[in-house]
Amino acid sequence: MPELRTETMTVNMGPQHPSTHGVLRLVLELSGESVVAANTTIGYLHTGIEKTAEQKKWQQIIPLVERMDYLGAQSSSLAFCLAVERLLGVEATMPQRVQDIRVLIAELQRIASHLVWLGTHALEIGAVSVMMYCFRERELLLNINEMLAGFRMFPSYFRIGGLREDIPVGFHDAVNAFLARFPGKLEEYQGLLTKNQIWLKRTKGVGVLSKEDTISYGLVGPLARAVGVGYDVRRAFPYCGYDTYEFDVPVRTAGDVFDRYMVRIEEMRQSVRICKQALGRITPRGVFDIQDYRIVPPPKDKVYTEMEGLIQHFLIYSQGFTVPAGESYVPVEGPRGEHGFNIVSDGTNRPYRVKLRAPSFYACQSVPQMIVGGMIADVIAVIGSTDVVMGDVDR
Amino acid sequence: MADFEIPVLTTSVEKMVQWARRSSIWPVTFGLACCAIEMMAMSAGRYDVARFGAEVFRGSPRQSDLMIVAGRLSRKMAPVLRRIYDQMPEPKYVISMGACASVGGVFDNYAIVQGVDQVVPVDVFVPGCPPRPESLIYGIVQLQRKIDQMKMSA
Repeated sequence: MPELRTETMTVNMGPQHPSTHGVLRLVLELSGESVVAANTTIGYLHTGIEKTAEQKKWQQIIPLVERMDYLGAQSSSLAFCLAVERLLGVEATMPQRVQDIRVLIAELQRIASHLVWLGTHALEIGAVSVMMYCFRERELLLNINEMLAGFRMFPSYFRIGGLREDIPVGFHDAVNAFLARFPGKLEEYQGLLTKNQIWLKRTKGVGVLSKEDTISYGLVGPLARAVGVGYDVRRAFPYCGYDTYEFDVPVRTAGDVFDRYMVRIEEMRQSVRICKQALGRITPRGVFDIQDYRIVPPPKDKVYTEMEGLIQHFLIYSQGFTVPAGESYVPVEGPRGEHGFNIVSDGTNRPYRVKLRAPSFYACQSVPQMIVGGMIADVIAVIGSTDVVMGDVDR
Repeated sequence: MADFEIPVLTTSVEKMVQWARRSSIWPVTFGLACCAIEMMAMSAGRYDVARFGAEVFRGSPRQSDLMIVAGRLSRKMAPVLRRIYDQMPEPKYVISMGACASVGGVFDNYAIVQGVDQVVPVDVFVPGCPPRPESLIYGIVQLQRKIDQMKMSA
């Protein structure tokens, strides 16, 4: 009888794997079906966006940062705009209407991002129909984006100093229709999953990360709130007037895949609440930027009729504007947690350094801790629950 | 005119093969970046690429005949992409989806390969950043036309 072989097996998972959310690579050390060691390898989507941004004018960076975290695109651009506006010193003069529209768009973006997360996460665990349902509702949000700026995923609607243009005709109706429809659909997703025995068996008690580990890994957002860390930037450091909105921060304590799912579902429900309040405050027509024509382009009727307007228009589109020398960091609560740009300006019309604090990056490095000791099938569930976006990790 | 009792169709083997190949294009599940999300939207309910027979995304390149390069290709990823292409059985096709995959897009820098045609032969380029799902479906239809014209003997 041949001798029984007992050594472990090294398996390479990714970068091309249907369930690694892009190009994440895991090197797994397996003993039978259980994972004894794991190592994450990143960098397969390194795009050099931060370096490229140093060659662009301030306003030109917005399309770039939207392509970093491509699911929470408008949270990225919001974080970038807020950081630059702090350096410019125009935070205080930002009209209330602009802030309300920004809150509304950011919350809609959070719902869109969570829908992709839920769809893919459920798809990977085996609930294929949930993905179809989630993408159905997401299309409505993309329609709203298309109304705003004619683009589905990256509208570049937030600009430094305000918005690209005023909200379009019919915007309120479109958002209202979505907000009226969505809570019922959320029940539908929950009806498919929350009490589904297969779902419970795949998610309950899987990928647990303790509260201490969560804090020491620097995890934020839904991952931290699923283990009892109630940190939410919207509450801790309110921006865009979030302190005037009524909403709850969902917190659960088990810290497993199931609780992360429950936290995100509840977050979508709270986002709907915030959206309703924000939409009630927004007038169909009004100011949409700070009207400081050294930073934002003047309205077209001024460009065509006044000398100053023409000059300002020309300056903005040829040289851009300069930002006073200094450094700033303004975090926002993105779909994946605290999301912020640390920008350094040397007083010219291009940044000296743009650095993103990417929540996915921290989630990525905690993945081995969550999967070691578990089964290989749980790896998929854990990666899905961390909601990593590789564009965010690698930049 | 004769009254045909037996339902028969006459065709050439070549036409038959072309028809079979173009009607069941199986793409490999290979998403790189933002475009992959639009690729998923294309296979979901609203756009429903199943109408064109290309909805069976396979996890393994060995079971697929189309690679949709969806997103920016970094220099670190390029050898992996080539390897996946090499693992696919003949006949195989490549669609380069989006500006980054086609020409590098806005990322003209040290990290991004300026066009995947430097790594693998591309059949169809789909422009956009990211392209709308309709564009990608149009790209797939263009690929089907191309397959229809491919000679077996060539």
